[in-house]
Parts: sequence; structure tokens; C-alpha cells
Amino acid sequence: MSPKYRAHRSLTRVQAMHNLKVMQPSGYGNLSDGRLDATFAALADPTRRAILARLASGEASVRELTEPFDMSQAAVSKHLKVLERAGLISRAREAQRRPRRLEAAPLAEANEWLERYRQFWEDSYGRLDALLAEMKQTTTKRPRGGSRGTTKRKGR
Amino acid sequence: MPSTPKKSLEITTPSDEEIRITRSFDAPRMMVWDAYTRPELLKRWLGAMPGWSWAECEMDVRVGGKYRWAWRGPEGAELGLGGVYREVVPGERLVSTERYDQQWYEGDAVGTVEFREAKGGTTLVTTLRYASKAVRDAVLQSPATSGMESGYTLLDELLASSTAA
Repeated sequence: MSPKYRAHRSLTRVQAMHNLKVMQPSGYGNLSDGRLDATFAALADPTRRAILARLASGEASVRELTEPFDMSQAAVSKHLKVLERAGLISRAREAQRRPRRLEAAPLAEANEWLERYRQFWEDSYGRLDALLAEMKQTTTKRPRGGSRGTTKRKGR
Repeated sequence: MPSTPKKSLEITTPSDEEIRITRSFDAPRMMVWDAYTRPELLKRWLGAMPGWSWAECEMDVRVGGKYRWAWRGPEGAELGLGGVYREVVPGERLVSTERYDQQWYEGDAVGTVEFREAKGGTTLVTTLRYASKAVRDAVLQSPATSGMESGYTLLDELLASSTAA
């Protein structure tokens, strides 16, 4: 993934947070806000992201999940609880090992939600680029036409 | 069509209560200012989601003047926000309060838009200041942009792998 793409992604994040919660109560979209909050809170921690990345390649026990980290099994278990509460992972019933596995649905939901709002802002800025290009052309055609610039109209 | 370089966006958290969004545009400051402060121009770019259209766009761009923006969406849905201009320095700085009709966080936010000259173009720096760190975090819901980015990268990877599975 290119760094540029990532930059857009991060914009998405903030703009999304800033706007979509507003649109939710107005009837746009029906995703559960609380669950998304939990998803994002869970994703905010690097250890938890690493755990999810590991689980993306297949289920694993707590012991297996602890191995790559310089932390106790108890500490990893705490992270697993957060992920579990967010619905991002689940626990198999298999007696002793109780392997954890990734639950893809909440991630997909979070992503869909972000995609929508990323689009909102990327579209807006894209249109602003286009508008500015058009305004520049108009100014070039009338080089001494003066900028309409700051002239403020009164009595709106 | 001239191949202008794709502009990238930058998100930072300059203080506990703020979120800053930086983006460059290939036009002089006054032009960007116009596009930002004249309703007939603003309406052409600041858009809502597909299916939404402008319902109101009133802007009295002077200190103490009010603005109100509203969109109408599918099935009668409405989204509106407004506020008061606190500082108006044409081509340089626009400060206004911001409150949504259906506000989900406490207190007005204060938005500062700076128009900075940069390499023949304009860098737009938008800083949103919320009532408290708690509110800012609720808006941002993540401790750092870097964390968010890797979170998203991870999201992509996870989605790709779960789709492939």
C-alpha cells in the first residue's frame, strides 16, 4: 500500500468520526455506534492489532499468541478480553486449548462505515480542486479583470 | 489535463483538545478563500453523501456573523450545522464556532481555518478544537494518527485475508 493511500485513510478516520455520528441520528445508516466504538477502541492498541494480524492467518491458543510478545500470558489474556468484548475474536469450545479465532464481521462493518465517509470528504476536496482549477482559468482569461477576491457584499 | 500531483492529507493532534487537518491546493490563497466563504462557490464543492443535496447555505462572513449549512437526504433525512464567525481575516484566517443540529458531543467546537501560502499554492490548515480532551477523543477515538493508520492498514489486510479465506 502506498504512503499516499495511507494518508487518505487517516483522513477518513477523523473526518469520519467527526461527521458520521452526526448523520446516524438523522437516519442515515443504521450501523450500531456502540459496537463501532468498541471496535475502534480495540484497534487503537498495537498489541491487539498484532494479535488480530496473527489470528488472521488462523486460530491460535493464548499460549501461542503470547509467544511473540514480551509479556505475560495474563497480560495477553487482558488484551484478548478487550478484543472479545468488541466482538473481534471468539473462543472455540475445545476444552484445554480454547483457541481464539478472528471474527470478520465487525471489521467489515467498521470498514464499510469508514468507506462511506471517506468518500464524502474525498469527493468534497476533489470538487474543490476542480472548482479552483476552473476559477484559475477564468482569471487567466481576464488577466486584468481583477480578483473578485475580498469584495464583500453587504446586506445578505 | 495538467497532471497535478495528488494532494495528500495530514491529520495531527496538536493538543489534547484539537484535531488538525492539513491539505494543499493548487491555487492562490484568495481564490481558496473565495471558494470557502462564498455560498455559491462553497455549495459547489462541500458536498454531502450521494443522494443528499443542499437545503440551506447562509453565510454572513464577518465577525459576529452567523452561518448555517443544511443538507437534505433520502427519506426526509436532514443534516444541519451552524455557528458564529469569531475571526475573519480574508485570505488568511477564518475562525468560527460549530454546532450540529443533532449534536452528539458536549459544547460547541471551534474551527480555525488557516490559508497559508505554499509553493505557489495554498495549504489549508483546519484545526478543530473541542470542549475537552474527552470530547476530542470521542470524536477521534484513537490516541494517535499513526495508530489509526496502522489500524486501517491492518483492517485492509484483515479484510483481504478474510475474503480470501
